Amino acid sequence: MESSNSMNYLPMRYLPHTQQDIKEMLTVIGCKSLDDLFPTIPAEYRIKTEMCLPKPMTEWELNAHISELASKNASSYSNKVFIGAGSYPHHIPSIIPYLISRSEFMTAYTPYQPEISQGTLQGIYEFQTMITELLGTEVATASHYDCGTALAEALLIALRKKKNSKKVAVSSLVHPHHREIIRTYFEPAGYKMVELPATVDGTTDLSYFDEINKSSTGGIDDIAAIAVQSPNFFGCIEDIAQVKAVAESKKIMCITSFTEALAYGLLKKPGQLGADIVVGDGQSLGIAQSFGGPGLGIMTSSKQYVRDLPGRLVGRTKDRRGEDGFVLTLSTREQHIKREKASSNICSNNGLNAMIAGIYMAAVGKIGIRKIAQLNHDKAMFLKTKLEEAGFEIPFKAPFFNEFVVKAPEGFAAKREELKKKGIVAGLDISKYYPTKKFDQNGKSCGQELKNHYLFFATEVFSKDDIEMLAKEVK
Amino acid sequence: MEDQNSCRGGFENCLNAQQTAASGLIFKEPFLWEKSRDGRCAMSIPMQDVEHSPLDPELVGDAPNLPQLSELDVVRHYTRLSQWNFGVDSGMYPLGSCTMKYNPKTNEVQASRLGFAGAHPLLDEDLCQGALELIYNLEQYLAEITGMDAVTLQPAAGAHGELAGMLTIHAYHAKQGHQRTKIIIPDTAHGTNPASATLCGYQSVNIHSGDNGILTPEAVAAVMDEETAGIMITNPNTLGLFEENIKEIAQIVHAKGGLVYGDGANLNAIMGIVKPGELGIDVIHLNLHKTFTTPHGGGGPGSGPIAVVKALEPFLPVPRVEKIPCSPNPNQSSKERGNNLNNDKNSYKYTLVYDRPDSMGRLLTFHGHFGILVRAYSYILSMGAKGLTDVSKLAVLNANYIKELLKQDFYLPYDRPCMHECVFTDKFQSDNGVTTLDMAKRIMDYGFHPPTVYFPLVVHGAIMIEPTETESKQTIDQFIHAFKSVAQEAKENPEILKSAPHLPKLSRLDEVSAARKPVLRG
Amino acid sequence: MKEITELNLPEDIKYSDSHEWAKVDAEIITIGIDDYAQDQLGEVVFVELPEVGAALSKGDQFGTVESVKAVSEIYTPVSGEVVEVNANLPDAPELVNNSPYDEGWIIKIKADDPSLLASELNDLKDKAAYIAMLKG
Repeated sequence: MESSNSMNYLPMRYLPHTQQDIKEMLTVIGCKSLDDLFPTIPAEYRIKTEMCLPKPMTEWELNAHISELASKNASSYSNKVFIGAGSYPHHIPSIIPYLISRSEFMTAYTPYQPEISQGTLQGIYEFQTMITELLGTEVATASHYDCGTALAEALLIALRKKKNSKKVAVSSLVHPHHREIIRTYFEPAGYKMVELPATVDGTTDLSYFDEINKSSTGGIDDIAAIAVQSPNFFGCIEDIAQVKAVAESKKIMCITSFTEALAYGLLKKPGQLGADIVVGDGQSLGIAQSFGGPGLGIMTSSKQYVRDLPGRLVGRTKDRRGEDGFVLTLSTREQHIKREKASSNICSNNGLNAMIAGIYMAAVGKIGIRKIAQLNHDKAMFLKTKLEEAGFEIPFKAPFFNEFVVKAPEGFAAKREELKKKGIVAGLDISKYYPTKKFDQNGKSCGQELKNHYLFFATEVFSKDDIEMLAKEVK
Repeated sequence: MEDQNSCRGGFENCLNAQQTAASGLIFKEPFLWEKSRDGRCAMSIPMQDVEHSPLDPELVGDAPNLPQLSELDVVRHYTRLSQWNFGVDSGMYPLGSCTMKYNPKTNEVQASRLGFAGAHPLLDEDLCQGALELIYNLEQYLAEITGMDAVTLQPAAGAHGELAGMLTIHAYHAKQGHQRTKIIIPDTAHGTNPASATLCGYQSVNIHSGDNGILTPEAVAAVMDEETAGIMITNPNTLGLFEENIKEIAQIVHAKGGLVYGDGANLNAIMGIVKPGELGIDVIHLNLHKTFTTPHGGGGPGSGPIAVVKALEPFLPVPRVEKIPCSPNPNQSSKERGNNLNNDKNSYKYTLVYDRPDSMGRLLTFHGHFGILVRAYSYILSMGAKGLTDVSKLAVLNANYIKELLKQDFYLPYDRPCMHECVFTDKFQSDNGVTTLDMAKRIMDYGFHPPTVYFPLVVHGAIMIEPTETESKQTIDQFIHAFKSVAQEAKENPEILKSAPHLPKLSRLDEVSAARKPVLRG
Repeated sequence: MKEITELNLPEDIKYSDSHEWAKVDAEIITIGIDDYAQDQLGEVVFVELPEVGAALSKGDQFGTVESVKAVSEIYTPVSGEVVEVNANLPDAPELVNNSPYDEGWIIKIKADDPSLLASELNDLKDKAAYIAMLKG
């Protein structure tokens, strides 16, 4: 920024100040140079040498550099990536990138000034409405970061609601990464997670609760909630009504999660099956996979927990002229008012992705969501049949939505490596997520360590040809 | 020709020649479900090319009652909604503490490249080298900018970064064998600080800043003890002032075995000027959606990386991305290695490391808000070291210029050189019954987003202005002029402020009834 | 905000330093927040109530009163068991503003130890002492 001939000096395009502007402004302030603007920073604190960063790139150099980096990833657009496990390729209608790029949405801050933020506010209110419609619940927050963090916070709600509780029971078929997040969030508070094992059919074994009162290490008193994921990490559909029945009999909260939101275009709604809090990820609702983030944390519940939910809520009201409008409401729950007494510190959420999910739900509608959900199931069933024909076994028999576990024939790992060169990624090896024999019940082993077990899935983006090609290649 | 009646609310002079805003055609728009007609669908549905496989009817529920619309219905709906919003691209957005700078459009192009947008987070490492390289490089750049030794990009937002910072401190003390119970938080801290500390089981010990708005070493020394985990300090602080005693404060905290947490929300003032790592700060969070130009999106998604000193690296969340030399695979021909899925021409590769026994664990399901990281990475590469230094200088220039030119009209509680934002109050106007809120609402009629109001809490009736470096002198002059006009109106016609704003679609929404009888869905 | 002289502070009740009031009717004590507290807080939008049957000791927090932008904790000035909560408050929290001593009462407590109650009541302020405290 040192002075130079104005024809030679070309400022970076995001910086509007001319040399003349700078001179005039410094005069008003009473400084001689830009470096004089920092008199309150002691000289010995100032850095002496310029930061060591790459030389600035032009827009065109940046295009080339980022294109090259992007080309080093096996994108779902140019490869056949048969991995789901919490991130799913689905068709994204063109109107989504088009509408969400409207800078009035994208470049606005949190709608603290409702008069000039009604677009965001009505959009989020409509999202809250449609997401509760999808899940059969009564209230939804404006969004959370992702399913894992929303689940951890939901469990913390349960722990706060029940005095002297210290533990929660979480299905071992909840996404392994989500359970890791729960451990991270629980550690400083000293809370514990009991992991419920799986049954032979690939759903959560609830027998722990039959045994619990007999056990010597404390009864139900210190347990605040039971949490399952449905469809679970193996893709199997859990019996939420039964989970609710157990929770009710023990007077603890029933929390359910999901990673594949489109499943609820077809399945019974978890809220209607009795879940007290339903959390999930809305990435499937029109959001790019983007190497796993940002996704869309969803948190919804029955009305009675509305004041316990962390994060923002949009509510309907009227303005001084009597016109309908929207504001952020019940903000006394939040960190900036309750400070150290707040139940969560969340402020920025994933609001723009909630807008995307809103646009997706509006676009797909009642008819479309049912058709696409059914198509996901049909394609996955077709893939399952084809893989069985190719010599794969189906170890877990519970019904699934669009994702399922297979036991691969010997030698599959090497074949999978070969297929990567052809642009096919054949399933996710899940043995690393379940390294020990956790699948014992009543002393009877109901599964090996999950060696050679792979998680496969199919969505509407895979054609019949894609699936047949995969089946042919893995044979 | 000026139609005096065009101003809703009936105030004759509510349109002022200085206003950049005019009224325009604004549409009413019903709810999506009010536009719905049975039988419409706005999405192209793929062909049924495989056999239909019904699920057990016991498992199947009613189809969710989503609205049924055509594609144009949806497009028009969201277009109209967007027109009710004000964004950085609409006008100057001087929201203190939020750094509402211009969001470069090339960043959006880079983030939406198919190789990133379509990357699955659980791809085999050899299939996502580009994404891992970007993460690795961005961590290096942020470490250099902050003067710290290691960075994690996993936290999803600023508050999540704060939580990560607190968890780091918690894990550090646990490793030392003695967990501590308290943490010092100055009154100029962000509201999230105490909430983050509580999540880690630390009790907040609040201390006051000195009369000049700066924290004194004595205030810290008076409360720092061996049960105190550390201090959370925002520098520049929320008054827009540089904490000039920071090094001495850090020494006091370190001497008792504590750690210094820096809230980096205000990094925009000091890039290339000072490095937090050289000031005694041990862990700092950054807001990529503030300093590094990623869009705020009407509330998120953001990204809140944390940077730490060497001693704290073992506690960072897993997985970590590491760069290691490639060992050539003897079974692979060089031609195969040249394949784009196996590109190792640099003879380095990037790998995910989980084996960190002291790590706090995982904070987010996958690798942070990667799409946001691409934008921040693109920004840093576009600016370079000198460019980022210029950013901070010009941000500070703009704020001091506003401070100088408005201090005649508005009370300036701390009249000293500010950093990238300045704080006024409504003290001069309160005699006319005009409050900060009234002036904030009125400035909308002039075509500007209001500044942050009633924050920081230590200043009664605060008006906190952060212009950012991307606003030109000409825009800032208009803004100053507008604020001076508002001060004039406060004297001559306070009623026009009390009923403001007059031009937006709505005015003064009833937050009391919204909270008393919450209606949260349609 | 009201000046101290504008406050409605009845003579027949006792005041706590944290701005709750207590009215004694035999062993039942009615508790609410006073005119000063409701005025400071502004329009009340929510009152968090304890469960009937809860046992409280003097000084225990038993609920919160919220306005749009602030939360205030409320503490019981006497010990005993909660025998009734104001069932109208969930639907009409504005009663706390409009009628702090009458329709806007918050809980009723049954004191089980008369001598303890007497000493606890003795610690509370009458109108004159309370006004003196507000004047600082």
